[in-house]
Amino acid sequence: MRMAPIETPTQTVDAFPAQDRHAGPNGACLPLTIEIGGLPIRLRAPDAAFRALLAGRYSSFLRPDSRAEMEFELHSAAPESLHTDQKLEVVCEQGRWQVSRGDFRASFDLSTRRGHLSFVPNPYSVDTLLRIVHSLLLAPAGGLLLHASGGIRSGRGVLFSGVSGAGKTTLARLAPSDVQLLTDEISYLRREAGEFRVYGTPFSGELGIQGEDVSAPLGAIHLIEHGAENRLERVPEAEAVRRLIRNTLFFAREKHLVADVFSTVCELARRVPVYRLEFVPDARVWEMVA
Amino acid sequence: MNHIYIARSSAVAARPLGDEMVIMSALDSTLFTLSDVAAVLWQAADGRTPLDEIVRQRVCTAYSVDAETALRDAEEFVRALAEHGILLVASQPIPSPSPTQDGTAASAAGDRR
Repeated sequence: MRMAPIETPTQTVDAFPAQDRHAGPNGACLPLTIEIGGLPIRLRAPDAAFRALLAGRYSSFLRPDSRAEMEFELHSAAPESLHTDQKLEVVCEQGRWQVSRGDFRASFDLSTRRGHLSFVPNPYSVDTLLRIVHSLLLAPAGGLLLHASGGIRSGRGVLFSGVSGAGKTTLARLAPSDVQLLTDEISYLRREAGEFRVYGTPFSGELGIQGEDVSAPLGAIHLIEHGAENRLERVPEAEAVRRLIRNTLFFAREKHLVADVFSTVCELARRVPVYRLEFVPDARVWEMVA
Repeated sequence: MNHIYIARSSAVAARPLGDEMVIMSALDSTLFTLSDVAAVLWQAADGRTPLDEIVRQRVCTAYSVDAETALRDAEEFVRALAEHGILLVASQPIPSPSPTQDGTAASAAGDRR
């Protein structure tokens, strides 16, 4: 199945006008529209308290008057109806995506751009669903989500990519005051007009530092590791592809989507300088990189 | 002499990067990196040209290696790639797009990353 690029929304997408400002006649579902990376996704949650929780969590990314590229109905599920120890599973059958984990079960169709989420209400399942949906919509549009923290300094984005424990959150915390923080955990990249642009996300890591709703052209990616001193070394293109692929969030096995992501990573390594950065955890490291 | 035919799987994405060919399997998202000689075989894998002819024309002429050694190494290599599902190996020409693998893959280690 080939998805339509998100730059050219279909009629179905346009069928979601800016949301009603008032609850329906049965008092239900004032929707929340959350826009990350220029891609608004609408959530209709029946529970007012949970809506308030989501509104707080995604406060910088709410777009009350935006149309939506995709819409989800949220339903509470009884814990006994879910398999609480189940790991994340993502499958696609005949264009219908099924995503499940111990705390939620979701299904959606990228052609109609509608879906459902049944879950034991907690923001983490919404967060996971949003990451997956964004990664799938971004793939054919030449974008991806990367395990990386990052910020904007002097108008250019700089990313620090690595596995858990490599120092992503540490580098985000060390950012000087003139840095706009993009994220401490998941970076959002998309190709626009021949360049890669990076967007802030609300997807946060263990310390829960939320990114700002800002974007900038991507200046460099640093593959990070702790070291005895600060050291910066350019990574050859093929090695950069191998390392970046490992740090890319992707859940699909559909060959077109995998090929899209692979192609995007190759372009990323070709157009954006990738460095290996050994660092000691103090503020001097930022002066080396941005 | 029995010919061996090779064809690239449709379930992969490949890109030349510098001196290397990097291949990603859509089956399990694993990455493979081919050296320059291996990349020559990969690019020549059209399903129609027998492996021994590819080796004779593309490998032996470009690299100082005798045909027998080169063919033996090439057979081992293509069977390793076939094991990982990124190359199809058959005793008959493989129509394009290649639908099946004939199961001739033998055990060998690929350059799996």
